[in-house]
Amino acid sequence: MTTLHPAIETLPEPGGGEAALRGFLHGLPGVDQVGAEARAAGLATRSIKRESKLWALELAVRMTDLTTLEGADTPGKVRALCAKARRPDPSDPDVPPVAAVCVYPDLVPIAVAALAGSGVHVASVATAFPSGRASLAVKLADVADAVAAGASEIDMVIDRGAFLSGRYGQVGEEIAAVKAACRDARLKVILETGELATLDNVRRASWLAMTHGADFIKTSTGKVSPASTLPVILVMLEAVRDFHDATARAVGVKAAGGIRVAKDAIRYLVVVHETAGAAWLDPDRFRFGASSLLNDLLMQRRKQLTGVYAGPDHFTLD
Amino acid sequence: MPDRLDVRKTYKLYIGGAFPRSESGRTVTIDAADGTFLANAARASRKDVRDAVVAARKAFGGWSTRTAYNRGQILYRVAELLEGRRDQFTAEVRHSGLGAQAAGREVDAAVDRWVWYAGWTDKIAQVEGASNPVAGPYFNFSVPEPTGVVAIVAPATPSLLGLVSVLAPVLATGSTAVVVASEPHPLPAVTLTEVLATSDVPGGVVNLLTGHVDELAPVLAAHADVDAMDLTGIDGDATELEQAAAGNVKRVLRPPAGPVDWEADPGVERLRAFVETKTVWHPVGV
Amino acid sequence: MPEPTWTYAPAPESRDVVTLRSAYGLFVDGAFTDPTDGGSFKTVNPATEEVLAEVAQAGPADVDRAVAAARRAHTEVWGPMPGRERAKYLYRIARILAERAREFAVLETLDNGKPIRESRDVDVPMASAHFFHYAGWADKLEHAGFGAEPRPLGVAGQVIPWNFPLLMAAWKLAPALATGNTCVLKPAETTPLSALLLAEVLQQADLPPGVVNIIPGAGDTGATLVAHPDLDKVAFTGSTEVGKAIQRQLAGTRVRLTLELGGKAANVVFADAPIDQAVEGIVNGIFFNQGHVCCAGSRLLVQESVVDAVLDTLKRRLGTLRLGDPLDKNTDIGAINSAEQLARITALVEAGEGEGAQRWSVACELPEHGYWFPPTLFTDVSQSHRIAREEIFGPVLSVLTFRTPDEAIAKANNTPYGLSAGVWTEKGSRILWMAQRLRAGVVWANTFNRFDPASPFGGYQESGFGREGGRHGLAPYLRSPDLRSPDA
Repeated sequence: MTTLHPAIETLPEPGGGEAALRGFLHGLPGVDQVGAEARAAGLATRSIKRESKLWALELAVRMTDLTTLEGADTPGKVRALCAKARRPDPSDPDVPPVAAVCVYPDLVPIAVAALAGSGVHVASVATAFPSGRASLAVKLADVADAVAAGASEIDMVIDRGAFLSGRYGQVGEEIAAVKAACRDARLKVILETGELATLDNVRRASWLAMTHGADFIKTSTGKVSPASTLPVILVMLEAVRDFHDATARAVGVKAAGGIRVAKDAIRYLVVVHETAGAAWLDPDRFRFGASSLLNDLLMQRRKQLTGVYAGPDHFTLD
Repeated sequence: MPDRLDVRKTYKLYIGGAFPRSESGRTVTIDAADGTFLANAARASRKDVRDAVVAARKAFGGWSTRTAYNRGQILYRVAELLEGRRDQFTAEVRHSGLGAQAAGREVDAAVDRWVWYAGWTDKIAQVEGASNPVAGPYFNFSVPEPTGVVAIVAPATPSLLGLVSVLAPVLATGSTAVVVASEPHPLPAVTLTEVLATSDVPGGVVNLLTGHVDELAPVLAAHADVDAMDLTGIDGDATELEQAAAGNVKRVLRPPAGPVDWEADPGVERLRAFVETKTVWHPVGV
Repeated sequence: MPEPTWTYAPAPESRDVVTLRSAYGLFVDGAFTDPTDGGSFKTVNPATEEVLAEVAQAGPADVDRAVAAARRAHTEVWGPMPGRERAKYLYRIARILAERAREFAVLETLDNGKPIRESRDVDVPMASAHFFHYAGWADKLEHAGFGAEPRPLGVAGQVIPWNFPLLMAAWKLAPALATGNTCVLKPAETTPLSALLLAEVLQQADLPPGVVNIIPGAGDTGATLVAHPDLDKVAFTGSTEVGKAIQRQLAGTRVRLTLELGGKAANVVFADAPIDQAVEGIVNGIFFNQGHVCCAGSRLLVQESVVDAVLDTLKRRLGTLRLGDPLDKNTDIGAINSAEQLARITALVEAGEGEGAQRWSVACELPEHGYWFPPTLFTDVSQSHRIAREEIFGPVLSVLTFRTPDEAIAKANNTPYGLSAGVWTEKGSRILWMAQRLRAGVVWANTFNRFDPASPFGGYQESGFGREGGRHGLAPYLRSPDLRSPDA
């Protein structure tokens, strides 16, 4: 049993008041940016080899939330993505399906139909994604709509404006309300770390989301730069590790945006393993939100199997 | 008739890491000291000045925040490349009227001068910075920081050593530059930009304009997004330029009062000219 | 689907980049030569006990030859040479070191036992950077604040330790050469190879013969060197015991001396520290280079209110450290440098247990061959324990607690050493308050074991005197006009 840091011995209750929440979040130990970046960079130099690498590449496939979140999305595009999700490499049935397909709420029914029986989850962004600038009622309706259509995972955005101006209670209440609207669906809370600006804020937002019901905490919408970075993921993983120590509840982490090549994905997995531990090397506890990453994972996987570098034309573009 | 006709180079401007012709479409004829035609170099316009300042400003953030050590390595690499083009530079410097030996000496001195300033990047703060023993429970220190975008009017001669002597210190301390090349002898300057373009100096850190000093210097002196101006290459009265520079309180390095010995140890004056001293106070207590 | 596994399969760096010779001579006057009156010794890979090479050992006549070559080079070539030209030699050395970086990293790891990650990412690049930095000083000495006409001392005898063999050679040679001195360098007997490979670099750089002479050997070679009557300067990095002996030996002479000796640094963690980074800093502070670091943060002082949380987090983190093949890119903890050093660490750890401190070691498998010690920490340590006072020079951390800043200062300063210290707190003014009171030559705040060619390094008290690095690092090699003796 790990002795808890005094700052996390008592956790805030949802609805316990703005002052208590602020006291808790600002009482968390700080994050030294230089040190956190150095640690992340140090882990990025680790190399894994052979069987482990193959396993890691397939794990990364299984952790992928294959995502399309464009204004130009159509049912045809979503069906194509679902086909890819079920069977990422048509020439090799050994490649596992991805974790989920992530789409806008109106396209959830298409994805649900296309993925029936596959075990691939349908995730939907909701709560006025990506800005989150809508009333709570509209956000909850957005969530209810997606859940009713069959989404089993909901990716919500926090109100960064409220967070940055210190209205933590408001942010927390929204998360708790969305969690309730999710019913059985899993809730991923997008912190949009690129707008939070500091690692101290990333840590606070992580705890705020976890103490208010998040099943996953997620870095980014993919619409803001920078999206996911290794130091940000490091800090979020430290938060889920410490939250698990404090509550025995395991919260997942989703890195979204900016992860395009297998090499980067494996660096993330190293950070996951060294920070939260082997138990987080599981699609139920770690996800990649990505689109172009998948083909690179498949290419590197084939390289591992054949010893020959693969070319992009041998993998399907969807 | 020679068996083979040589392929001549077009001498262009250098702005934001690219080699454009002047947007004005104009050129100036460059002749050797003996009157032989050498090239039609670009004659930059006020719009080229504008583009060059925009490029220098854009590059400032990245260049000024690199570690001093990294800037030193990059500048030293430039010296390595300069040495590799010794023959080309010597030939171009000769056009300013020097004999082969004198031209070679000037090129050698220019390379050594570049090395000298490359070594200053991570040392100037230890010579010009200080911790200040204020009377109170405060830790107080001063550090030199780069001024910003520096406009430089390079001396007419020596065509290469003069340019290197005014440009390198600006880069060493982390500022970016818009340089007006020697008006009569701009060819070594253009070749220097080709060296810079193939080194690791990011595009926009150095921008070179050729043409008429009388046309370009006043635009730079009055430009509100230029932070400092080196008037070393102004021959004669610089009063009007200095007055224009007052418009946004530019730091001005005045034209030299008399002849300059370009081969002498340059000291730290030019490094000191384009830095701002920042002083930080911090309490000391439990 | 393979079984869920996450292992860092061996990722060894290839040894092919290094061509080991079976025997190495002395590097005197620009050439490798056989010893006249010395012998030879074997250098081994401490991770495997494999003999790497037979290395010549300099005897008294060899030391004489080396000092004479250095004197000649100083008088005829290096002393009169313009700083501008000396600079170019040093730049060349820096560049060649960078070009041959991987070769040096692998050789250093083979000979020393340190993880390739450290030799590759720290030792070799820092060595190159040190030459690069001092190259830039060579032509700027008049601007460095040592008067208008600073002059070299002459010939420097330099003795370096085994913990950072190449880097310490760079720290000694670069400032000496930049200022116009010539050198006789004695590398440590257990780690002579990288210095001898450096000699090849000096040859590639066309450094004039005699400017640098490298004479491997054991303690008696070092003793002969520092006692040589024709030296102007002695620079020593090593144990406080030997440092004191050298200082005694040079008493009454005009030989200038700088010493960089042992340490027992306090790493002070306040309750408001950025805890995850503090834990990384503690790990880096004491387990970097197996704790073979004179400035290692070997005494952890934690504020009482967070001591249990810090220790638990620290232990969990130590559990992820990977000990083993130093050539493996994933290895964090390499081999102890020698059987002798392993015995010293073991003896002090036993003393710690005997005096009642609680020992905790990482449960990791130690390789069958070679010299190994698991990362270890002691709790319930009091100021009077030997493990709290003596330099262990190994991966062993002693944990003490404090309640107030004054108590932290009192405990941190309660040592005859004074090389370095660490402070971890989010409060800036407290960092400066602590820094003002800590008697140490280097104070790291919210970081530890950072080095830079521009940053002076050196100790207070029995950790030695003189600074290496930056502008301050020039002073020990310059004869400033006001101190010049009438006959100089």
